[in-house]
Amino acid sequence: MNQFYSSTDHFVLVPAVMLALFGCAILLFDFIVFPDPRQRKYLLFFLVLGEGFAGFGLWNQQSHLLADGVPSYTAFHGSLVADGFSIFFNWIFVAATVIVAIVSYKYLEIEGEHHAEYYSLMMFAQCGMFFLAAGTDLVTLFIGLELMALSFYVMVGFLRTSKRSNEAAMKYLLLGAFSSGFLAYGFSVMYGISGSTKLTEIATAVAARGPFDPLVLLALATTSVGLLFKISAVPFHMWAPDAYEGAPTTITAYLSVASKAASIAFLLRIFLGPLASARDAWEPILAFIAVATMTVGNLAAINQSNIKRLLAYSSISHAGYMLLGLIAGNDTGIKGIAVYVMVYTFMNLGAFLVLVALRRKGIIGEDMDDIAGLMHKSPGYALLMLLFLLSLAGIPPTAGFLGKYYIFLSLIETRHYTLAVIATLYVAVAIYYYFRIVRSMFVRDLTEPAPLSTSFGLRLALAVSGILTLGIGIYPEPFLRLAGTSLLH
Amino acid sequence: MNDHLLSLVLFTPLAGLLVLLFIPSRQKELIKVWANLASFAGFLISLPLVSRFDKGVSGFQFVERANWIPSLGAQYLIGIDGISLLLIMLTTVIGFIAILSSWNAIQDRLKAYYCMFLLLQVGMLGVFMSLDFFLFYVFWELVLVPMYFIIGVWGGPRKLYAAIKFFLYTLAGSVLMLLGILTLYFQYASQFGKYTFEIAELMKLTLPLGLQEWVFWAFFLGFAIKVPMFPFHTWLPDAHVEAPTAGSVILASVLLKMGTYGFIRFSLPLLPKASMDHTIVEVLAVLSIVGILYGALVSLMQKDWKKLVAYSSVSHLGFCTLGIFAMNPNGLAGSVLQQINHGISTGMLFLIIGVVYERRHTREISEYGGLAHVMPKYAVIFAIAILSSAGLPLLNGFIGEFTILQGAFEANRAWAAFAVTGVVFGAAYLLWLYQRTMLGQVTNGKNLHLPDLSLREIAVFLPLIVWAIWIGVYPKPYFDILEKPVQQIVERVRPGYYQGGAQAATRPGPGVSGQ
Repeated sequence: MNQFYSSTDHFVLVPAVMLALFGCAILLFDFIVFPDPRQRKYLLFFLVLGEGFAGFGLWNQQSHLLADGVPSYTAFHGSLVADGFSIFFNWIFVAATVIVAIVSYKYLEIEGEHHAEYYSLMMFAQCGMFFLAAGTDLVTLFIGLELMALSFYVMVGFLRTSKRSNEAAMKYLLLGAFSSGFLAYGFSVMYGISGSTKLTEIATAVAARGPFDPLVLLALATTSVGLLFKISAVPFHMWAPDAYEGAPTTITAYLSVASKAASIAFLLRIFLGPLASARDAWEPILAFIAVATMTVGNLAAINQSNIKRLLAYSSISHAGYMLLGLIAGNDTGIKGIAVYVMVYTFMNLGAFLVLVALRRKGIIGEDMDDIAGLMHKSPGYALLMLLFLLSLAGIPPTAGFLGKYYIFLSLIETRHYTLAVIATLYVAVAIYYYFRIVRSMFVRDLTEPAPLSTSFGLRLALAVSGILTLGIGIYPEPFLRLAGTSLLH
Repeated sequence: MNDHLLSLVLFTPLAGLLVLLFIPSRQKELIKVWANLASFAGFLISLPLVSRFDKGVSGFQFVERANWIPSLGAQYLIGIDGISLLLIMLTTVIGFIAILSSWNAIQDRLKAYYCMFLLLQVGMLGVFMSLDFFLFYVFWELVLVPMYFIIGVWGGPRKLYAAIKFFLYTLAGSVLMLLGILTLYFQYASQFGKYTFEIAELMKLTLPLGLQEWVFWAFFLGFAIKVPMFPFHTWLPDAHVEAPTAGSVILASVLLKMGTYGFIRFSLPLLPKASMDHTIVEVLAVLSIVGILYGALVSLMQKDWKKLVAYSSVSHLGFCTLGIFAMNPNGLAGSVLQQINHGISTGMLFLIIGVVYERRHTREISEYGGLAHVMPKYAVIFAIAILSSAGLPLLNGFIGEFTILQGAFEANRAWAAFAVTGVVFGAAYLLWLYQRTMLGQVTNGKNLHLPDLSLREIAVFLPLIVWAIWIGVYPKPYFDILEKPVQQIVERVRPGYYQGGAQAATRPGPGVSGQ
């Protein structure tokens, strides 16, 4: 091997290569292999296959890390890394993408949209997420972010004939581009400080300047704007409710978990990397933002009558909880974020999948009224929804409790008692609006007798999310160990 | 003792639930029969706990331990002492009776209804068995969801409001309690270098008074809202009034005891310094006494039969918490016994309301009058329930209240003096209720042809009446069972108490127990 390319590079990059390859292949096969449009749903098979290869690459990385006993492999001269952190988050992306993809074919049929572009866009977005979790260089990270964001802009507006979808995409694009600008500006300041785009070198330069150096503060402020926008933290959350409501429900699900998980990974890379030494400067600000995020998310969710919008606000509040783990900043907190992101992925996906089943020909199916009396019609779906909502609220023995448990524990350990009390009390607020949905499902009478639109993929995806949401709650040990491998120092 | 008896007791309702899930909803009779069988089996299986329980041993019995979440230090660790034994028996008995009493009362969504009851049963039993704080918390929260549905789906006109109020109140308290638990957990880890939720381990902690006080108040919020102590009681009348009969019975008889049990099992032994802190004891005793008097006075004013009984619960639970914070053997033993007594007598009172509600669909006291003429059997049973609740000698309530007052008197004479007036008020509102509903002439024509109790209904009351008389006449076995655990707690909170000058009070139990 020469100096530009080594076998390690290949080894670290392989999941992203697989995703990009299969994403392109799906576009090609659309015309070449399946000229008959009715057959195009089989393209899903290639997505799953690609994910399989990507997953194999991840598994390979994981087992080598274990066997060699090293914390990480770096590649491309320190711009990419395969460590427990990147592998953990990539597993989440794989799971989220597969789950969303297998429920999508029925949904796309109902909406009458193309399959190929949809699946390949998902894979491209996931490719971007890979770089967000594995990148250790500003340029790599930025490209990863843009790849993910651009794919999502298109996917949010995927329903070409729907005004809501178009409006949501436009809003998301404009605000997203704006925030990317801030981020790029912050990155340029970091480069200015250190003369390098490598996170490690920036970290050294920032540490040398101290947390309250004006340039460091400038970099911190502008970078934070970009990052907080991505995880939809207050006051940069305005795009989320509109984008969530307008986007196709499957994409809303995908956006709310995969994009958020990738952005959290990205945020952790930056805040625990280059900006780690500036903790004194950002901790109070982030604490304020976290409380504001939980407050706005929880209070705004109370009065929503559109369930997608309600879940959008709830997902804003979850971002607040995740930020709290970063504020605590000890191992428990960081592990807590990993656990939180993992359980959030399954429970939030699950909740949106039930909404996907409510979308039928001619029925939008995302209002409180649409879900009324679901228990009478489809008790299985109603009970699963109950499980996901309990988990989102953090009631044991569901998985969501464990996420909150770690966050609360980390706050106690680092003596952030006030934050802990606020965070716990918002659980009670959250249960109020989640139980508005529960009330509608279980207590109200059936208003819409049309059966749910289900498919094998949807049932499978719901079963997996449900089993994991309950299973992680009842026997979390293996999952906690997995999350424990993701610690980032 | 490796036959997993305790786990069997815990999971029998769950097994019943799982089978119930597979019975088609159309098979209404089968669902009812199966649910009754499952809960009766739960009761039968719990009987060996009593026969094999060794009163002479201090510490926990039937202990089962398994690793559950090693990376958190959480275990599946269950075991019982005398206090939990009594509460578990109360749960299995009342659980069965509540399900039996629902036979005609609940007509729609039977399957879901009985599933919720069985799930509730698991949660309550788990709370009383857990010796691991994590496990305890899981069961503690598990109780909320089925209770929400029981009130919210099968309840009265304002059921949704009552259900969510119940849920939010108790949840807010319990998440703050979780912070207290996590504080102890973290403190243990920093002192001993490992994480554990085991209660016995956490008791080894030596914490400064200041921290203990904070944790105490965090626990207090969780437990006091559940009890409910004044001023956290406002969810209770709503929940009771709106819940279906069986829901009220379970709520009053068992669910509230989770709070008092929490004080006894966790607050006192884990935080002995804070529990003996003068201010804290004073505040809690005063809150208890306010609860006793306030509950009784508000009961006097009620026009709604069920609300009257609901407020009487606030009053009676005030006695239970007063007994706990008298912090002496009599107070504690009396408190536990009174929890059982309250379970029996208030359970009966709610069932009694359920009987006429099924017939008349109203709970207005003024709608009734002279029922003794129409329903003589009913009137007799109601009389027994009233007298047991009011604390008539030879019935259970007397023993509990008397012992608590004895304990309170020993701790502080003023407390006892105020609390005694609660007994007087209690007799007043209960007897007045009886007079208004049962005695005199039948004033309302609709009541003229009400059918008397059926055999099934009598079967519902019979075990409770027998139990009430048993405790009233011969409470010694109960005090024997409670002696060791109470002694342990008192020694933990007040080291040297038994060596000190309080020799006269070493043996819990009043003179009437016929020792």
